[in-house]
Amino acid sequence: MVSPAPHAHGSDTTRRLMRDVIIALLPAFAVSVWFFGWGALQVAAVSIATCVALEWVIQKFLLRTPPQTSDLSAAVTGLLLAMNLPPGAPWWVVLTGSVTAIGIAKMSFGGIGKNPFNPALVGRVVLLVSFPVQMTRWALPRGFATTDAVTGATPLALLKEGLNNGLTVEQIFDNADFTYLELLFGRIGGSAGEVSALALLAGFAYLLARRVIRPYIPVSILATVAAFGGILWWANPERFIDPLFHLLTGGVLLGAIFMATDYVTSPMHPKGMIIFGIGIGALTMLIRTFGSYPEGISFAILIMNAAVPLINKYAKPKRYARNV
Amino acid sequence: MSNIYHLLSERLPLLRRGLGGGACSFSIGGIHPEDNKLAANSPLQALPPEGTASIFLGQHIGAPAEAIVSKGERVKTGQLIAKASGWVSADIHSSVSGTVVAVEPVADLSGIRQPAITIQVEGDEWLETIDRSPEIIREIPSDSAVIIKKIAAAGIVGLGGAAFPTHVKLSPPPGKKAGILIINAAECEPFLTSDHRVMLEFGEQALIGALLLKQALHASKAFIGIESNKPDAIRELQKIIRERGYELQVVRLKKRYPQGGEKQLIDAVTHRRVPSMGLPADVGVAVQNVGTALAVYEAVQKHKPLIENSITITGKNLPQQINALVRLGTPLSRLAALAGGIPAGTGKIVCGGPMMGKAIVNMDAPTTKVTSALLFIPHGEAQRRKASNCIRCAKCVQACPMGLEPYLLIKLTQRSRYDELRANRMSDCIECGCCLYSCPAHIPLLDYIRMGKGELKSSKLKVENYPTDGHRL
Repeated sequence: MVSPAPHAHGSDTTRRLMRDVIIALLPAFAVSVWFFGWGALQVAAVSIATCVALEWVIQKFLLRTPPQTSDLSAAVTGLLLAMNLPPGAPWWVVLTGSVTAIGIAKMSFGGIGKNPFNPALVGRVVLLVSFPVQMTRWALPRGFATTDAVTGATPLALLKEGLNNGLTVEQIFDNADFTYLELLFGRIGGSAGEVSALALLAGFAYLLARRVIRPYIPVSILATVAAFGGILWWANPERFIDPLFHLLTGGVLLGAIFMATDYVTSPMHPKGMIIFGIGIGALTMLIRTFGSYPEGISFAILIMNAAVPLINKYAKPKRYARNV
Repeated sequence: MSNIYHLLSERLPLLRRGLGGGACSFSIGGIHPEDNKLAANSPLQALPPEGTASIFLGQHIGAPAEAIVSKGERVKTGQLIAKASGWVSADIHSSVSGTVVAVEPVADLSGIRQPAITIQVEGDEWLETIDRSPEIIREIPSDSAVIIKKIAAAGIVGLGGAAFPTHVKLSPPPGKKAGILIINAAECEPFLTSDHRVMLEFGEQALIGALLLKQALHASKAFIGIESNKPDAIRELQKIIRERGYELQVVRLKKRYPQGGEKQLIDAVTHRRVPSMGLPADVGVAVQNVGTALAVYEAVQKHKPLIENSITITGKNLPQQINALVRLGTPLSRLAALAGGIPAGTGKIVCGGPMMGKAIVNMDAPTTKVTSALLFIPHGEAQRRKASNCIRCAKCVQACPMGLEPYLLIKLTQRSRYDELRANRMSDCIECGCCLYSCPAHIPLLDYIRMGKGELKSSKLKVENYPTDGHRL
């Protein structure tokens, strides 16, 4: 047979890349199952199953194209959505989330590679705005031991509420029952994927080692969050909490490592990736410290998603030829 | 482990120097395809002439040569049979002795008929002026005009694949002087081993060829760039340079494709970058292939024209891996027979390396001056996979050694946005294939880019021919 050069091809496929993302998410998922028990498993099962099924149905019957769910991208969206929801969220909330993520945010733009916004995040934000009660009823980490719905606030919500009531940082956390070590390992309330910093970092290391993602986006987000938080803390430690707290709580790590690095909705080269990351970090901190929501990374990523075409147009990669 | 190394070395240039053991490399993009140098240990074997030889009149860049022999005439090995027609053109010599049986078109690799001279082989009688003794002649003529004249008379062209007449390349335009000569011995294409064998078996001759080229250019420095996967060739050449006191320097290059691309090699060795649409002479550099250097030695010191070249015959299913010295115009089918015939389960036969070689339709096509390899690709690896949607993973951008954005170029091509294609430097593309190689969605990126480059050229012509209609394009 005849074809133009090259006649060799690398081993990368879309499916392999997506499989690696799933593998990288497994440690964090395992930790969330360990701490939250059936609630976390059930949300993930519903989310993945509905995302994959929905994409298959849309491709087969609406678009009338051969279904390509075997590329695992819908499964990744489903898993990421589950990691962004409170463990034990009711099934109809999860279902609404997957319909929004796959049906509206992904397939209506033409499917994989065409969506301007991160589908899982669109799903989460729509749920957050539509069902604020269910979306902020965080189960406390109790493992499989009990099925009682014991709920509590996340550290970030605790902080926001306290500050709004005129307390200082020290007063708020005087009787808090968690340490930084626990933040690192994940014994705190929160959505399934944001509880264990260590497990997320393990996933990050795996993605880097497999060359699935490049470090520019996560590192610039985390550095911006740390710098922003550090300056505020240095200026007024009574009003603002230290940067380490910002890095370890909420969705910063999950967002920086797994959501912001989504290929389709992030810039194409290092310069753009760094601009994108700094933008996300700064917006997250603005929302966290001055906005009304306790957490802002989802909004920050979606806002910066909208800026990606512009970034790609003006931040060009390092060219070989320096003139012109 | 190697993943972590690549990762680190890509991020930290200083570390790259350290971990790479001091090996040089180009600074943007690149890929790491499987090496597959299966024939590296097979010595060059001379393939005696037999049957017929069909020699194309246009096997170089520029105007085709004009035949000066006619049907029925007897020719000797090394005799001039076609003269260069113009400045950018090259002489062609008979690679065999015998009788001219036809001066008419012959089908090439793609089955397209090209003007050629076909000679029926009768014995192997060489022209008397050619020195066929193994003795190495080390004295170098001091007059560069003499060297260039002899190179032109031997019909030498760039053997790296470009086939640009060497005497033209050695005469840079006025005002531009190449102070640095780089001999390209990177051989970065997987599977190819013919340059490697040349360095091991004709190392000193190639080095003298390099000195001749250096003299012809009046260059002050000359480097020989070799990829680190050929440590024996690096050692061998360094040994000869040390013993003979030649003013040449071997540069170890990191194994990375396309290390042997002209622009990449210049970057790796001199840290200079050729401007867009520019020539190496613009940054004071000239690049010549190591095979060309050997041909230059033979032409200047031995009066032997370019009538044979070294060819690798290789493939994963091939029973024998072969490097052969083959006379010009030998049918490819004879090379296949030498290696035991086309192996079962072959899906594609490629003339050249897997990254930039050309898939063959016609196995009876004759070899040319720049044929470097005959590669048999098994069926399973030959077929391109079905393309799926672009997932914007940016792996093509990361791989492009020219710092272009292949994903963007193909979209602009599909929409015929010529101005933006120009602004995004479509014409800088060297067609190395890194983008297509690294695409996880198997999108034929390079095919589209080639199409776009073609359209860009014709759109320019249209604008120039019909200036009033320019705005419609």
